[in-house]
Amino acid sequence: MKKLTKADFFWTFVRSNFLQASWNMERMQALGYCFGMIPTIKRLYEGEERKKALKRHLEFYNTHPYMTAPIIGVVTAMEEQRANGAPIDDGAINGVKVGMMGPLAGVGDPIFWGTLRPICASLGASFALGGSVFGPILFFVLFNFVRLMVRWYGIKYGYTKGTNIISDVAGNVLQKITEGASILGLFVMGALVNKWTTVNIPVVISQFQRQDGTVVVTTVQTVLNQLMPGLVPLLLTLLCIKLMKKKVSPLTIIFGLFGVGIIGYWLGILAK
Amino acid sequence: MELTTMQLVGVFIVSALAGMSSILDEFEFHQPILSCALMGLVLGDLKTGIILGGTLELIVLGWMNIGAAVAPDAALAGTISAILVLAGHQSIGTGIAIAIPIAAAGQVLTIFIRTITVFFQHKADDFAQKGSCVGIDACHLIALSLQALRVAIPSLLVAMYAGTAIVQSMLDAIPPVITGGLQAAGGFIVVVGYAMVINMMDVSYLMPFFFLGFVVAAFTTFNLVAFGVIGLVLAIIYIQLSPKYNKPTVVQAAPSSAKDDDLDDELDD
Repeated sequence: MKKLTKADFFWTFVRSNFLQASWNMERMQALGYCFGMIPTIKRLYEGEERKKALKRHLEFYNTHPYMTAPIIGVVTAMEEQRANGAPIDDGAINGVKVGMMGPLAGVGDPIFWGTLRPICASLGASFALGGSVFGPILFFVLFNFVRLMVRWYGIKYGYTKGTNIISDVAGNVLQKITEGASILGLFVMGALVNKWTTVNIPVVISQFQRQDGTVVVTTVQTVLNQLMPGLVPLLLTLLCIKLMKKKVSPLTIIFGLFGVGIIGYWLGILAK
Repeated sequence: MELTTMQLVGVFIVSALAGMSSILDEFEFHQPILSCALMGLVLGDLKTGIILGGTLELIVLGWMNIGAAVAPDAALAGTISAILVLAGHQSIGTGIAIAIPIAAAGQVLTIFIRTITVFFQHKADDFAQKGSCVGIDACHLIALSLQALRVAIPSLLVAMYAGTAIVQSMLDAIPPVITGGLQAAGGFIVVVGYAMVINMMDVSYLMPFFFLGFVVAAFTTFNLVAFGVIGLVLAIIYIQLSPKYNKPTVVQAAPSSAKDDDLDDELDD
């Protein structure tokens, strides 16, 4: 009876932090996945079987890096059963990997890149802008705490539940989490678009002198701010989304906006 | 400012860390909020490093690698911008203006390395053939070191020349209308990152929450923690009430049709 030890799980956890080190244009995270499986493969297989196992895990693989944790958990459980004589073939193992990586990437992207990272980063930046060392520390601790928890318990969860996990992936628990994270993310994005953007259109509409001698200047920006603070950034955001839907690359848009900034500044329509 | 050897070593380590993080996307040392702060520590002006990092972070917080698509490179942008600001004594505004073209260059560099790494992928196949776990580990980690050098070498070169007259005169040669315009654009360039996040989520039926966040921010002085809590509460309530997750188990058609009949009867009378 071959059994994975506590140390094997610990090293799988450590190695899974390096999943994307050799991310390449051909098989993406394939080599990284194999790197994470090596403690398992070393424990379970010798000789020819080991060679086969290594080859089995060098197949194309790509998902959200943190969501790889439950997948690696399930697959180590399958490999353990296989090494003990269960009739699990290469196709079954690869099928589980391919079957899980798509849906889990769809869950991981909005949760981690869409919600967790922007929120931790903006929270940290709000302190960092004032020069406080608490900002970077907050970002680092908060983000990595959640991430490492997901990795550690993800592997454990995948290993204990085994292939039963696939019904969870298909069920609506993950859908609920994804939808909830999207709501939180979008709500905070709305706040950021308003709070952390500055557009200043200093074009003067009217200028008059009060009786006490103070000059009242009304610019386009003052009118816009009375109407709705942050209106221009909001419209710009919606325009960017529209352009991205048309497959314009973000960098092209950034350079375009830089162009707008330089020309606007030169014409006096935009100010710092 | 002429950098000491120890400082150059520090620049190399911090930028190598950023380079590795940029491919791994795990510990996030490539986010400017961390890389610029660490550069500040190395170059002796922690506070300016942190402020620059926070400012750049707002621009890049939505940049993400999705599937096979590679985002603009925050790692190189953060390290080089920090070196020019801290050792080259440029303003934070100039640092931000420079960061964007560098992010584009960094993107090209990382795609180049990601293509070279295909070689190590094939080398790993050979090692699998021999049953060599150590060989596979080596292939994987050498690829990682290439990504580290991708950021560390350009950063080191900039650090060696940042304080010299050549770089100074090059930066001084930029006309003020360009730097001023870039700084004006710096105020709203951040929306591209926010748009990337919203575009990736791709849930148009949840957009009301985006507009709600916008309006609440426009007319209150709530801080981000408050927004986080409100957003979380909204999300929980939405999930609890959403008909999608509340499929009624009992069919309620019968009583309502009976009511209709009553109404029909009354109307008939």
